[in-house]
Amino acid sequence: MKRSADVVIIGAGVTGAALAYELARRGIRDVLIFERKFPCSGASGRCGGGIRQQFTTPHNIRLAMEAVNRYETLSEELGVDIEFIQGGYLILAETEEEREAQRKAVALQNELGLPSRLLTPREAKEVLPLLDETTIVSATYCPTDAHANPFRVVEGYLARARERGVVLEKFTEVVDLEVKEGRIVKVRTSRGDVAPGTVVNAAGAWSREIARMAGVELPNQPIRHEIAITEPVEFFMDVMVISIHNGIYFSQTKEGQIIGGIGDPEEKPGYNISSSLGFLRRYARELLRYVPALGQLSVLRQWAGLYDVTPDAQPVLGPTPGLENFIQANGYSGHGFMIAPAVARHLADYIEKGIVSEILEKLSLERFKEEIRGEAFVVG
Amino acid sequence: MNRRASPVTRHPSRDDPIVCRCEEVTLSEVVRAIREGYDTLEELKRKLRVGMGPCQGRTCLPLLARILSRETGRPLDEVMEEISIRPPLIPTPFDLWRGR
Repeated sequence: MKRSADVVIIGAGVTGAALAYELARRGIRDVLIFERKFPCSGASGRCGGGIRQQFTTPHNIRLAMEAVNRYETLSEELGVDIEFIQGGYLILAETEEEREAQRKAVALQNELGLPSRLLTPREAKEVLPLLDETTIVSATYCPTDAHANPFRVVEGYLARARERGVVLEKFTEVVDLEVKEGRIVKVRTSRGDVAPGTVVNAAGAWSREIARMAGVELPNQPIRHEIAITEPVEFFMDVMVISIHNGIYFSQTKEGQIIGGIGDPEEKPGYNISSSLGFLRRYARELLRYVPALGQLSVLRQWAGLYDVTPDAQPVLGPTPGLENFIQANGYSGHGFMIAPAVARHLADYIEKGIVSEILEKLSLERFKEEIRGEAFVVG
Repeated sequence: MNRRASPVTRHPSRDDPIVCRCEEVTLSEVVRAIREGYDTLEELKRKLRVGMGPCQGRTCLPLLARILSRETGRPLDEVMEEISIRPPLIPTPFDLWRGR
């Protein structure tokens, strides 16, 4: 194994893979990725694949808009079909309070240039004909939202990064970070030690544990989210549907399968990723309430993954105060796949040129010292 | 809701039989992926979709494990241990999960 690297990335999920590619593309090729298991074994390979821009904070909206811009041409750029389906996101609301939140969200989104709009139940049914529109009071729709296959995205990023010299060490666990005079001087792994230039913490729900090795405390917490996929049926929906009422989301893959899940507000922080019967019952009940026609569709399998959740549901990005060569790229709170191509650009700008973009400044770890105003639309 | 009957797109030969019937993946495709570095069952699943169809691997996983063991020289038991089992194992409709 290599004894040193300009950049050491911890985690071969979509963030680590996208950043490795972005760095290599710019000529920074001495990049080493450590992955505890194998690429996509964490949240990136367990998520629903949604790419949404309809958020409620300016930074989340901006990052997502930048990411969609990259995703639109990513298949050609990477030479891999990422199964990008740009059928928009339909967001359902069931109460007057939720409609009001949607009205405010759309106003902010439109101000930032996002073509989202508030719909009546009847208009929502035009977007998704199988929807039982009597269950909702309003919806919002943004035609440029999308979904894609995370496996293909990560595979593409890694293949193109490795062609340019990036090295991936899988089944290699980082066990300690040695700090001297305000820098990480050594990354200790289960398979040997490496002297890093820069260290990037892209370990998803395990980022908090990685940061602790360097004496840094992140406010992130791992929260289990469950998900299920069905047998394939004829393609009938290119739109991805979510509800701010109960946190359900579902879409149809290119293969024709319905993939989706629903959050559990009672879920306690922890690393448990077992599957539960309670999830399947709740998901089936809410899914069939919105789309009764899916009752005969069979569930093939269910699994779970971990959201890496911050107090304001926005990521922790950029350099760490007091540890100049330690970069955070975590805390996505369920939205990492959506914004990875944009995050990779901001972080590569910093690593390559020392540029701290406005986004990196606002989403730095330092913000948790101040009052927190967070993302309101978290689902799944 | 019409179930999708996948068209028969593969014409496997005696030399290159289909290993995963649900997703129509042949022996040579599996061997190629292993040699490219997808050398655990979980990685093969993600790369080729093997074991992810309606049978959920009940037919193909023992075959895949043998191929993987042969290609990598790792013991069969070790290869098999890496598989994660995902419920409900048998395809079951939403109506049943919802209950009445």
